Amino acid sequence: MTKAISVSGLHKSFGRTHALDGLDLEVEAGEVHGFLGPNGAGKSTAIRVLLGLLRADSGAAQVLGHDPWTHAVEVHRRIAYVPGDVTLWRNLSGGEVIDLYGRLRGGLDTRRRAELIERFELDPTKKGRTYSKGNRQKVALVAAFAADVDLLILDEPTSGLDPLMEEVFQRCVAEERDRGRTVLLSSHILSEVEELCDRVSIIRNGRTVESGSLAELRHLTRTSVTAELAGPPDGLAGLPGVHDLDVRGNRVRLQVDTGHLDAVLRSLGASGVRSLTSTPPTLEELFLRHYQETR
Amino acid sequence: MTATALAVRPGGFRPLAGTGTLLRFALRRDRVLIPVWVAVNTLLVLSMPGTLESLYGTAAERADLIRQMETNSSLRAMVGPLFGDSLGALTAWRVGVYAAVLAAVMSLLIVVRHTRDEEESGRQELVQSGMVGRRAPLTAALLTAAAADAVLAVLLAAGLAARGATGAVAFGAGVAGTGLVFATMAAIAAQLTESARLARGLTAGALGAAFVLRAAGDSATTDGSSPLTWVSPLGWQENLRPFAGERWWVLLLIAGAALAQGAVAYGLTGRRDVGMSFLPTRPGPAHGRLGTAGALARRLQRGSVLGWSAGFFVAGLVYGAMTEGAADLVGDNEGAREIIARLGGQAGVTDAFVAAMIGTLGLIAALYVTGSVLRLNGEETSGRAEPVLAGAVGRLRWAAGHLVVAFGGSVLILLLGGCGYALGYGRDPGPILGACLAQVPAVWVIGGAAVLLHGLLPRAAVAAWGVAGAVLLLGWIGPALDVPEAVLDLSPYGHLPKLPGAAMDWPPVLLLTALAALLTAVGLAGLRRRDLTT
Repeated sequence: MTKAISVSGLHKSFGRTHALDGLDLEVEAGEVHGFLGPNGAGKSTAIRVLLGLLRADSGAAQVLGHDPWTHAVEVHRRIAYVPGDVTLWRNLSGGEVIDLYGRLRGGLDTRRRAELIERFELDPTKKGRTYSKGNRQKVALVAAFAADVDLLILDEPTSGLDPLMEEVFQRCVAEERDRGRTVLLSSHILSEVEELCDRVSIIRNGRTVESGSLAELRHLTRTSVTAELAGPPDGLAGLPGVHDLDVRGNRVRLQVDTGHLDAVLRSLGASGVRSLTSTPPTLEELFLRHYQETR
Repeated sequence: MTATALAVRPGGFRPLAGTGTLLRFALRRDRVLIPVWVAVNTLLVLSMPGTLESLYGTAAERADLIRQMETNSSLRAMVGPLFGDSLGALTAWRVGVYAAVLAAVMSLLIVVRHTRDEEESGRQELVQSGMVGRRAPLTAALLTAAAADAVLAVLLAAGLAARGATGAVAFGAGVAGTGLVFATMAAIAAQLTESARLARGLTAGALGAAFVLRAAGDSATTDGSSPLTWVSPLGWQENLRPFAGERWWVLLLIAGAALAQGAVAYGLTGRRDVGMSFLPTRPGPAHGRLGTAGALARRLQRGSVLGWSAGFFVAGLVYGAMTEGAADLVGDNEGAREIIARLGGQAGVTDAFVAAMIGTLGLIAALYVTGSVLRLNGEETSGRAEPVLAGAVGRLRWAAGHLVVAFGGSVLILLLGGCGYALGYGRDPGPILGACLAQVPAVWVIGGAAVLLHGLLPRAAVAAWGVAGAVLLLGWIGPALDVPEAVLDLSPYGHLPKLPGAAMDWPPVLLLTALAALLTAVGLAGLRRRDLTT
């Protein structure tokens, strides 16, 4: 089995709202997969379908090789889930909840539990009501990272964590990957995604609009180039994939579809390059482009 | 200059700022809750005079009733003493205490809902970060309860005016005043505890204690003069004596108690942090032993089962101790027998009394089973069920954990009620425990209805409280109201054999058990097939 999650053409409506409208998602075993999209794109709905909490109207979903709706219990034994907003029982301590979640999954590594509690600086004796948002999140994260499972499904898991804890979280995810586990990470924190994810899927309006490695995604976008030339440029305007061309004397600024970068550089080289800066698209630009198209 | 432009103009703390806005908001949120409670209470009271007129039409019948109430301490314990023979006095006697209890429950629910509930959920934090004074939320909650009680008082007074204007005003004021006493008591409880559930439980426990004190006091004296009655807020309503030479100064006592409690609540609310309480939570264990959904359900419901068990045991004890009095009835007086028969019994007066009392316990158990089953709904809508169900836990097993507590717990609390009863009565516990067990199928049907609603219509699951409430009203008030048999038969309790005394009647008991099983099964099938609500 090489696919941890395999979803195709998933549809789910609530009344007149189409939360999922033909979603596709492939997560390879052993990878950290970023799951991105603007608010309301259907990320959480998709995750709830993957957990068998919601039943898809149509389409196929396989999680760890099984249908998550009909084989929920077997699948869940090998999954740890962290929701974006953790609610705890007011009169149970954090430690009790961690152990409960562990036993409800495939079991808990007690050494790792102790280590994680220390790293996340969590007080496990406090009762549910007295935890802050960040600390409630830590309870679920410790339970998930200490669990003996194959797949982690994390739905905006770091909301409420401070930057130090965010760093601990990133190290934990990297460790999970090194141990050969698969992680599906839904997140809005792009540096986190850039740091951790092997591949990402971007969804919009319940549909996958882009999927691949970050390098592949970058390839589909524009690179900005600024150059100072020996003489005036020639023939740049006629090249395919060139946008926003701005020539002032020997100075050139342009945007080029990354796939056509080679031809542009050749043309610039013909005029003699004195200095050149080429900026690949930032992840922010990548996402802004996709997110903004919703509006 | 730019620095001063940011400074806030000093205007004092303004602890009540924003009360008006919050009050309007609370009334809007309660636009269904309050009218339903007020309507039920009003209809209950206003249906009485006509019924009582048909039951006790002649002067001789009423004189007979008065004589019975003077001699029968058990009946006095149930409904209170009778102070006059006018239709108004009869009405105040028959439903005064119950109308006051309903007003008290309505008021305590309203106050906790708009105070501790809001704080516990964290919603109040956002509200109070606006232009809202420290005491505004409590004030708005109390004013909401007061408004509901005031409307109730006006409706009751207007509806009973034909029986005597002064008596009608006293009756309405007494019922509403009792509501306010428990509203302010709930306000104190909401300051003391961190959980709304506990605040409601404490106040409801105080209400139960008030009922027991009044019952004990009334069984000891014929005119409500026992100190036990005077200690109980529910005793004040009867000692106001509507329609029987009103003692208006009792209203001062009621108002004084409400004001004093309100002052305590105000003092407390000004002295604590938002979201915190005076009974702080202690740290828990760093490691847990909970490992299954069933263990989790048992743990979550442990406190409530303990509370209900204690309540049922004490109630059984009190009812049991009253039973001897029922046997002291003036010979085989036909009228008294009829009263008890109408309260749910048959044949032999003592047995009938026992059956009526245990039937009451059975009816109250409907509230337990409803609340316990609806924990499923609370877990689901709060999002706490989601991570549990994302573990290796099937939905049926998750639900079964709570249903075992709900259905098993109803057997447990009824048996404990029976043990208390046998102890207080000092007789052979066998038949009494048997009578308690005979209530179980009806309780389970109510629980099954709640499972059905949760499984098929999770967003309307609170309607299960409506089912339990309707059954309670039918059981308590229905027989006295000449409600058509067909309507009474809608309640599962109407089909139970009146044990002890009557012969055991297996077919309805088995049919009700089967019905409960069917409702539960359909509900669970629905739960398994539907989306989880979030």
